[in-house]
Amino acid sequence: MKRPRGGRSPGAGSRSTGPARGSVLLSSVSSDAHTWNLVFLQLLLEENGYDVVNLGACVPDELLLAEARAHAPDVIVISSVNGHGRADGRRLIGALRADPMLRGVPAVIGGKLGVAGADDAADAELLDAGFAAVFPDSPDTGPFLHLVDTVCTARRAARAAVPVARTGHGVIPSRFGNGLLPAYAADAS
Amino acid sequence: MSAAERPAGALASVPAAPRDRYGSLPAAVRAARERGELLVQPRMGFSDPARMRAGLLATRAARGATVGTLTLDSYTRVGDVAAAARALATGVPLNGYPITSHALDITRGVLDRVAGPGFPVQVRHGSPLPESIFRTLTALGLDATEGGPVSYCLPYGRVPLRRAVDSWARSCDRLARAADEGGEPHLESFGGCMLGQLCPPSLLVALTVLEAAFFVQHGLRSVSVSFAQQTNAAQDAEALLALRRLARQFLPGVDWHVVVYTYMGVYPRTPGGAALLLSRAAELAASGAERLIVKTPAEAYRIPTVDENVAALELAAAAARAARPLGPGDVSDTGVYVEARALIEAVLDLDPDIGTALVRAFAAGYLDVPYCLHADNRGAARATLDAEGRLRWSSVGAMPIAHLADLDRAALPTSSGLLAALTYVQRTCDADAAAPAPSLPLEGARL
Ligand code: B12
Repeated sequence: MKRPRGGRSPGAGSRSTGPARGSVLLSSVSSDAHTWNLVFLQLLLEENGYDVVNLGACVPDELLLAEARAHAPDVIVISSVNGHGRADGRRLIGALRADPMLRGVPAVIGGKLGVAGADDAADAELLDAGFAAVFPDSPDTGPFLHLVDTVCTARRAARAAVPVARTGHGVIPSRFGNGLLPAYAADAS
Repeated sequence: MSAAERPAGALASVPAAPRDRYGSLPAAVRAARERGELLVQPRMGFSDPARMRAGLLATRAARGATVGTLTLDSYTRVGDVAAAARALATGVPLNGYPITSHALDITRGVLDRVAGPGFPVQVRHGSPLPESIFRTLTALGLDATEGGPVSYCLPYGRVPLRRAVDSWARSCDRLARAADEGGEPHLESFGGCMLGQLCPPSLLVALTVLEAAFFVQHGLRSVSVSFAQQTNAAQDAEALLALRRLARQFLPGVDWHVVVYTYMGVYPRTPGGAALLLSRAAELAASGAERLIVKTPAEAYRIPTVDENVAALELAAAAARAARPLGPGDVSDTGVYVEARALIEAVLDLDPDIGTALVRAFAAGYLDVPYCLHADNRGAARATLDAEGRLRWSSVGAMPIAHLADLDRAALPTSSGLLAALTYVQRTCDADAAAPAPSLPLEGARL
């Protein structure tokens, strides 16, 4: 399964059997160093049957875009809690939606996105800017898992309708991880 | 013109500020020691200079022996001056004070007639590559800050450890030169925090001592070592004693003191739970530290206001004054000292240059921070909480303490298991604060 940094997973969350329900690119934003949120979300998604690539903390926009192009995930999940998530998220979603290869990949964001607590109006702006969903700082992960499932199911159905040839699994060196980052060598689409 | 737009060499030509104009942290520690008082300090930072100044004034006026703080924002921490400047221009509030983006005169306006003898101000940041921050603070005449090549690298992003070590070495040299102008520069190691939670105390203690020794090797003569309150009061008290003992042994001939951080992990959600945890931190600090960094009831939600910070400082100062000294039976030896000492010695044996030794130690897995995703961390060590809430190793990876550590071979965590461990302090404090006070103190539950 696809994992960053030479295949380490933080815990027992590994999907053990059956094909993946979908693939998720999980990431922080450029200014945010917090990682417990990412470790938690990685475990949660793996336990629920998804392949997860976790890019870790302080991910520059260009790195995130490059990794997203390389992995072609079903969904991009952004988590930020340092209070800059709204500003960083807005800039990032602009870049994602402007990229011809990534424009169609749904992206969601969640966490503690501003410095002054919840702010519905600001969340609405993030939706307008192109995020498929904005999740509040809450321990209830039900709505999130439901959305990921819906997105992955829809993308699987779309892929089945228009088969896309994969050129096979390969290994590309990661410039930022501490080892080899397993990935699809190229996506024929 | 903002500092960000200034040509690179310009700061160097700024005339040096007269020493002690903004106060001296080591002098404040000495004065508080003489009065038998604990210094209390917020983690306070706002992007608006007027609010920052108001925060410092309120900190100074708070009832208690206080030290001021400029906590820097995340853009400044990661060196993204463009984003900081954009936020200032558009009025987007940041999570701290962007010291390298505000003009020096703006920051002087924040500090003048607030910071001074008796009320030093420390810059707290979180930058793996802190050279521009050190350049700015020394140009301002500030000479107290914190961090370290490991503690401000592994938990703070993806800069390679070797680069952080080199940048911290150069930054230490610059700060140490402030002593040439008659100042008493001070550097605190953040090594006693490492990701805030789920790191056993022996590794925290070892890291902060190693970082302080690194500072001394790079010319600092006044340092502090740190310990963040963890999940079990008795274990914390033991760790603090071990830390003092090791600091005495490994920091000979320099001025040092101990700073305690109020819990740095997932914080209680109720005001009562937050107050209880803070007063326990103050009691811990009173048992063996000179300084305490406080947290507020807003911690679990958002950046705290000035008033919330003042209330936390006053609560902590009062709790420290009321704390009773530790008795002989209060602390038992579960091995924090020997484990920490084994880690320190194994690292120092790797190379006479402590920075190089630290890089080698992480590469070899001699030091390995549980759950740290940084590429230079081995990631083989795991920790867990036992039934009493003590932090225990479940795997030590390649760290040279396998013969010492009392392993709790818990299964690898699931998302819910991890969250339960991360929220243990939150749950227990919120519950304890809600429960009616017991008529008799429970055995072993003093702090
Ligand atoms: C541990 C911690 C740290 C550690 C982080 C170590 C690491 N590498 O991870 C250290 C000490 C290094 C740290 C540093 C800083 N921190 Co900090 N930190 C915390 C703390 C105490 C706990 C966070 C945590 O571990 N949570 C556990 C994880 C599992 O949960 P979570 O992150 O809360 O996320 C939950 C939900 O939000 C949700 N979620 C999160 N993301 C997403 C995404 C999606 C899609 C979904 C569905 C759900 C979801 O899932 C989680 C489980 O319920 C919080 C305060 C608190 N909560 O008590 C502050 C806090 C997050 N930190 C904060 C800040 C500001 C910083 C600093 C900038 C320093 C500063 N100015 O104070 C620096 C960061 C520097 C940078 N470049 O970003 C602020 C953010 C303020 C805000 N948003 O308004 C907080 C809230 C503290 C505060 N009140 O001031 N921090």
